Formats: sequence, structure tokens, C-alpha cells
Amino acid sequence: MQLTDSEQAVRDGSEGEARAHAMDLLCRYGKALGAERLIDTNNVCGGMVGALPGRRDLLPEVPEGEERDMDQVYSLLNLDADKTFDIPPVKAMTYRLIDAMDPDKADVQRVSPESQQISKDVGKFCSKVGINQCNTCTPYQIGNVPVMGEHCAWMESSAVIYINSVIGARTNVEGAHSASAAALVGKIPYWGYHTDDYRRGNYLVEIDHDVESMLEWGLMGYWIGEKVKNNVPVLTGIGAPPNPNKLKHFGAAAASSGGIEMYHIAGVTPEARTVDDAVRGREIREKLVFGKKQLEEAYSWFSTAKSRDVDFVVIGCPHASLEQVKLVASLLEGRTLSANSNLWIFTPKALKSMADRIGYTATIEKAGAHLMSDSCSALSRVYPEGVQVAATDSCKQAHYLPAILKFGTWLGSTEQCVDAAVTGKWNGGLAGHKDAGKMIAPGALQ
Amino acid sequence: MIGAAGTKTILKGRSVVDGVAEAEAIVTTQAISGFGGIDSKTGEVIEVRHELCGQSFKGKILVFPGAKGSSGWASHFQSTRLAGAAPAAMIFKIMTTKMALGAVVTRVPAVTDLDQDPAEVIKSGDWVKVDGTNGIVEVTHK
Repeated sequence: MQLTDSEQAVRDGSEGEARAHAMDLLCRYGKALGAERLIDTNNVCGGMVGALPGRRDLLPEVPEGEERDMDQVYSLLNLDADKTFDIPPVKAMTYRLIDAMDPDKADVQRVSPESQQISKDVGKFCSKVGINQCNTCTPYQIGNVPVMGEHCAWMESSAVIYINSVIGARTNVEGAHSASAAALVGKIPYWGYHTDDYRRGNYLVEIDHDVESMLEWGLMGYWIGEKVKNNVPVLTGIGAPPNPNKLKHFGAAAASSGGIEMYHIAGVTPEARTVDDAVRGREIREKLVFGKKQLEEAYSWFSTAKSRDVDFVVIGCPHASLEQVKLVASLLEGRTLSANSNLWIFTPKALKSMADRIGYTATIEKAGAHLMSDSCSALSRVYPEGVQVAATDSCKQAHYLPAILKFGTWLGSTEQCVDAAVTGKWNGGLAGHKDAGKMIAPGALQ
Repeated sequence: MIGAAGTKTILKGRSVVDGVAEAEAIVTTQAISGFGGIDSKTGEVIEVRHELCGQSFKGKILVFPGAKGSSGWASHFQSTRLAGAAPAAMIFKIMTTKMALGAVVTRVPAVTDLDQDPAEVIKSGDWVKVDGTNGIVEVTHK
């Protein structure tokens, strides 16, 4: 690793111990990668993992009557340091990706008083050091939209694949320690998807089916991820152009099944005016075809539920857009949830306040469902009591719910999921899932 | 390619994390997940469809293709170190940001880019010395 004079000075301690450690960590990480240098970043999205279940157990006990030492937590869990630093303000614009709860729905989410206290402690620390608590896996939906070519340091695979592919920003999937170090010094190793070469496509996928609905886009992403693993697919033959919701679900699914961090859609995404533009001379490893058979194959991987009695419907993975919230509100208008079921929809706090204003929230809550922010069932491990069978419109959530929360899980369209919450029964499936499209604007979600 | 019992094979590659360690090897041809893939308290692989499911890499030389899954990979492997359940060293093939950061915060010797496929040369149970500083692996075949 070659450091500039100013980077070396920070590593040597010119800006204090915490930034020196952060710079050293990024250098060791860069060396491990095989990077030759660091690059400036002013856009960091990371997790304060100390608050999430699983990592919480590593925190030392807080003596009775004392406040938790958050500098200690950040030094240990986020910077991998052996000593506790006095953590200074972050240097880069930094955004937090998720909290362990919705502070306005902590009771509904059944969050323990201890966990609520940890969330408060983390929130207070974020304010102290200048981390913006967006608390959403979709920062790009609430104003953190990088420009093409901007070097970022983001965690959260569904957000990374979105900004790399749809926006043309440049980031690898960072981890808690690299994002936290980047926040303190405004640097990240220049490697991987920061470089032109890594961004070139090396798989071709011909789309031989009218992929229209959000569910189909999700399934296509999941299938392609399963096949190409962590390579860079180039999609050709897209019929109707997608909208941001569909690309959000496509990318989240592709990153969950295979670890894709970047894709191209010829004629749609910014680094793929044509196939040649996307590939730029890179060797193509394999050509795949995605048709109706592959769509059905992808759907068949998901039926993990046996009972059709649905206790819990989860919508908003990744966090729902305003259009998705509107769709759920319109589907719930004048209806009431089954006494045996629950419906939680997750959206960023900023979009929730928009939904409050226009009245989507009132419609959703009147039906007995909950519009929630800041959190997520799978990561925050929040769910109603006694759940055994869940339904969701997200391939990513359907991928994680059975593994993490051990729920049997149905996958369907948003309308099928809302119907399941209203009737308490699963009647969805791939066949007929687009029927609702007749009542929704062209190009809309289903 | 595999040597007779008691013979040695030397592999040369690139340093990822400095340091020297030796122990018995545990070898897999399947990538490992952090989140949902391992129990950080015991070092056991818990992914149901994984060929190492139920086996622990604690104190062993972990030979594997690399990391897969959630961006929390490094946090889960840092947790194995804090719980005393980390592998003694890592030998891997596919470089990713998860893998690099995970090796750094697990703080064990690590090498990659070896001149022969480590999963073919090394068998579970072989005695392996990893010189992470110089990128050299010495295998004593069982």
C-alpha cells in the first residue's frame, strides 16, 4: 500500500489515536485485498452493529446506575481495537443503515427494555459523532443518491448493488469495521468495484420472457444470482423498462442468492448503453437464458411453508417505497385484517412521514396493519407473538426468514400477501399473480 | 498430487495477514457464510446444506474457497476471535472485501493466490504450517 504524505501522517497519529487506528486498519485491509492505494470518500453507509441481536452479547455489562461507554463499544466492535479511544466526530458524511427497533412501535415489536436502552445509547452516540440515523437499508430512497462515478463505502448488499448498477456509483460491499474506519478518515481501499476493470460484465443473460411484475423481477434476480454467484451479469432482451421498485427487488434478490454486487441491463443502466459498452472486451464466461421455465424454477425454491394459515405478512424488504406503501394502503382500504394474522410494512422514517401526511398510514393502521420504520423483521428479529407461518412479497426476506426466524414462508405478489393478512389464508402463487395489474397504472408494481 | 504419509509439500502464495501458525487442517470446497453460516461462540459451521455442517474450525487451519453471504461476515469472524473460537489460520482462493476484512479482524495468519489449489493438496487432518508474513504454506501429509 502506497500512502500519501497526509494519509501517512494520520496513520502516525497527527489527528489522534482513533483516526490513526482507523487509517492503519484500512491499510491492513487494503494490503489483504491486494490494493495499492486508498481513495477519498465522502459517502459512508454502515451499521452500528453493537445494537443488533447477536453482537449485543459481546458487550460488557454496564454497572448499575452507570451509562454504557459507547466509545468502548465502537472501539471494540466497529474498529477492532484493543483499547478504548475517545471517538472523534466522523470526517465523511456517514449514514446508519438499520436500528434494532422502530422507536415509535417498540411495544408492538415486543422489544425488551434492555434492548430499547441499547438502541437509545447507540442513537445518542450517533448524534455525538455525527452519524445520520437514516436507519434504512435504502439510503438512495431518502436523499442519499450518489452521482455516477462517486466513490462510496457502503455496507448492505441490496444498496450496494443498486447504486453500483442503477446509479453508476462505485462501492464494494463493506463490512462494519471498514465502513466505521472510512467514516473517521474519509478513505477506502481503491480496489474491486472502484476500478473500471471489475465493473465490466462477464456473464450474458438473455431474457426470453415478459418479466413485468415486481415478483417476477425479484425471482429473476434470485435465479441469476444463484447461477452467476459474485460475477457481473449483463441482461439483454428486456421488454418493458423496469421502475426503481422492480430494480430494488431484483438487486436485493440477486445479492442474497449469489452475492452479485454489480449488473448491467443493456439499454437501461448507465454503464451499458449497449452490450459491448457493458463488457468492454472482458471474456464472457457463460451465456444463460432466462425464460418462463427458469422463472418457475426460481419460484419453486421458495415454498418452505406447509400450513396455509398465515400468521404474519412482511412487506418492505428492502424498505418499501412510497409507491409500495400507497399500493398496500389501496389494497387495505375498507378492509380489516384477520384476527389470526398480522401485517407489518417497513419503510424509511422519512417516507413514513410522507405517508402520515397523505393518509396512507391512517388507512393501513385502520385495517389493523402497522407501518413501521427504522427496522426489519429478519435483522432486528422483531415479529408478533406466536408466529409460525409468514408471507412476504420479497425474495430477500423469504430467503432469510426461514433461516433466521425459522418461519415457514410463502412468497407472492403484494396483493396476494395483503389478501393473506385479510383472510388469514394463503391463496397466492406465481400463476395469476398479475391479475391485480388490471387495477393499477401501466408500469406499476404488478 | 497428494504426497505419501509423512512427506511435505510447500505452497507459495501471497501474504494477506502476517504471522505464523501451525495446526491440523480442516478443508472444504464450499464457501462459508458468516451471518447464518457459523456459530461464532463455537466456531461450528451451521449452514444446513454445507459439507462442514456440525464441524468446528476452532484452533484449526481453515482451508476454503472464501467468504459468501451478508456484509456482516467480518463481524461474525471477529466474534469467533473474541469468543476464543477462531481458526488458527486461513488459506483461501477467492478474494472479496468480506474475506479480506474478515481475515484482518480475525487476526490470524492468512494467505491466498497459492501456486497449487490448496483444496486439492491439503486434506482434512494434515498438519499445516502457515507463514502469513511470507505467504508460504508447509503441508505435512497424514
